[in-house]
Amino acid sequence: MNIPKKITPQDVLSTAQTLRWEIGSDFHEHLMEAIYTDAARIADRTVTRAGEKPRFDLDRIIDRIVTSRIWGFPLMVLLFTLVFWITISGANIPSSWIATLLLDKVHPILKGAAAAIGMPWWLDGLLIDGMYLATAWVVSVMLPPMAIFFPLFTLLEDFGYLPRLAFNLDNVFKKAGAHGKQALSMMMGFGCNAAGVVSTRIIDSPRERLIAILTNNFALCNGRWPTQILIATLFLGALVPATLAGLISALSVVGIALLGVLLTFVTSWALSRTILKGQVSTFSLELPPYRPPRILRTIYTSMIDRTIYVLWRAVVFAMPAGAVIWLIANIHFGGASLAELVINFLNPAGILIGLNGVVLVAYIVAIPANEIVIPTVLMLTVLVTHTTGLGQGAGVLFNIDQGSTMISLLTAGGWTLLTAVNLMLFSLIHNPCSTTIYTIYKETGSVKWAAISALLPLGMGFTITFFVAQIWRLVATL
Amino acid sequence: MTERPFKPAPAACETCAIHHAANLKKLGVDMEDWDYVVALAGNPNTGKSTVFNALTGLRQHTGNWPGKTVGRAEGGFDYHDKRFKLVDLPGTYSLLSTSYDEEIARDFILFAQPDVTVVVVDATRLERNLNLALQVMEITDRVVICLNLMDEARRHKLEVDHRRLARDLGVPVAPTAARYGDGLAELLQAISEVASGKTVLRPHRLQNEPPVLKSAIDQLTAQVQALYPNLPNARWVALRLLDGDDHIAEALRKGELGDLSHSLPLESPTGTLELAAG
Repeated sequence: MNIPKKITPQDVLSTAQTLRWEIGSDFHEHLMEAIYTDAARIADRTVTRAGEKPRFDLDRIIDRIVTSRIWGFPLMVLLFTLVFWITISGANIPSSWIATLLLDKVHPILKGAAAAIGMPWWLDGLLIDGMYLATAWVVSVMLPPMAIFFPLFTLLEDFGYLPRLAFNLDNVFKKAGAHGKQALSMMMGFGCNAAGVVSTRIIDSPRERLIAILTNNFALCNGRWPTQILIATLFLGALVPATLAGLISALSVVGIALLGVLLTFVTSWALSRTILKGQVSTFSLELPPYRPPRILRTIYTSMIDRTIYVLWRAVVFAMPAGAVIWLIANIHFGGASLAELVINFLNPAGILIGLNGVVLVAYIVAIPANEIVIPTVLMLTVLVTHTTGLGQGAGVLFNIDQGSTMISLLTAGGWTLLTAVNLMLFSLIHNPCSTTIYTIYKETGSVKWAAISALLPLGMGFTITFFVAQIWRLVATL
Repeated sequence: MTERPFKPAPAACETCAIHHAANLKKLGVDMEDWDYVVALAGNPNTGKSTVFNALTGLRQHTGNWPGKTVGRAEGGFDYHDKRFKLVDLPGTYSLLSTSYDEEIARDFILFAQPDVTVVVVDATRLERNLNLALQVMEITDRVVICLNLMDEARRHKLEVDHRRLARDLGVPVAPTAARYGDGLAELLQAISEVASGKTVLRPHRLQNEPPVLKSAIDQLTAQVQALYPNLPNARWVALRLLDGDDHIAEALRKGELGDLSHSLPLESPTGTLELAAG
């Protein structure tokens, strides 16, 4: 080999170019083949199979059922209904325990202590009736369902079910012009949309990755599950006899989640045919072996990673939100509080889309965290209906641990079944929380895409709830 | 950090290096400086994150599905008075394509030049997993194979001869069941011995390339070596150039590869998307 005295990078590159012409275009295939051949030979020498392998067959049988064209989808609905049913029926009792403790026991003690040290009324109101009660409400409403739902969901994940789900959905995603791996980032989104957005990094093509990012919001996240579960329990579960209430509530939550999946497909399809046109890339999805989940470990990690994490986030956002709610309820302009003024201003728009001003204000307050929508709605409803004997004053997030009290309050606030249904729809279809929007900005490096990710679902939410409201009212008058 | 709380009486087993696994200190990410950098590579869903957690005491969420780890996680541990920094790379099936996660893994092994690269392989899917292990061994010699999921292999009634595997690959192989903490002591010892240069490595080289390829590879490798005599993986660079990898060609043109002989840590690629809207 004769090597020039002073060799430059350019020389190497041109040699490479010449050699590439000589060896032809299938270098990559030859190289892969060489690697595969060696790998196969070594593996063959190393691994011996002793006798039968019954477990492999068991895995295959399970796979054949859960990924079957006929049974895959119904089985998915069934499993998730079961998970929600357990969550809904299991969460009520601990929820009322925590509420009794934090709101009926601790709150009067704090008020008493504040009075004893002569705290001014506004500081006492801001800290205890605003911040403390908002936090206590969030903990009592959210902790029990999360402590049941997340371990169950994590068990399904550890067992190996989620990749099968992605496998079932892969084909549909391809038909929608999106990447099959979007099924996986969507699954992550069911936990947290910000995490789902980060997980779209597994998608190579920028076009398909953007589709996955923009539609991730349609995967119902942690912060919104409790809202769905609560409203479904109160309004939809109440439509049927008590024995069926849990099941119907669970089914309606599953229905909303499925609608989210459907919207993911429809939006992906629309995006890939308009502003994000291009080729669909293929990939291979490996179905991991089923593994018996380590139950205690799973409960522990899902508690630490998810339950406590989400709860902490909710608390962090609930405290300032509680203060804001208390303030806008107690600052008055010409006889009406600031909250009432804003609510009355937004009310016509709210009614038009089958909601009301209170819900819209709640969604503005809840931009940092969807978790606090319901507490805010209840507090503001007390304010506008001037309900007495429920709350302890303006801007106080109070304890209503009995569903019937909550319903009668909301009904007094002008709520109908339509409001409940549209709230569930709007909770699914609106702008993502500020954390997710910021994550989208960081991942795409573009203000434009971050803005689109917020405005697109918001516009869709207004449109869908508007049409549902109009049709509902039309049918009701017939 | 290096203080030992107690000194056990000298016993026969104290001379055995594995005994000192008890001295393993879990440091979490709180690590100022380290003696060795260890990269953790492997196919998706082979339990890399579990191995990572077991060694560092961190609780990165693990999940039974591919693609759980995107980006890299870092942690550290202490073993035999040496500080090891452990970097968990995204799980990939190969290092030969250009997706984002594969680039992170490849660039780290290539540019950051870890002292040891641990390839976590699934004992129940050895053939497919070895594809990646062989590719890693093209980039670096300093490899330890963590033959994980041995519990699964037993459940599936597979017998995996790890000694045979170690002989064929020419690098240490540690059989583990990381979920239950089995075999971690042996893994640590293997890592430590490769890091300190105690183990003699004779890594497997591809044997089945067609002759045309072989001569092309040899010719280009010689040129790359002439250009950068200290480059530890000239052959791999040659392979990539022959495969038409623009990323590597670019690095060569800019002289980034030349810097490698001085061991320059490189930032992982950023995840910005460039896309023009219609």
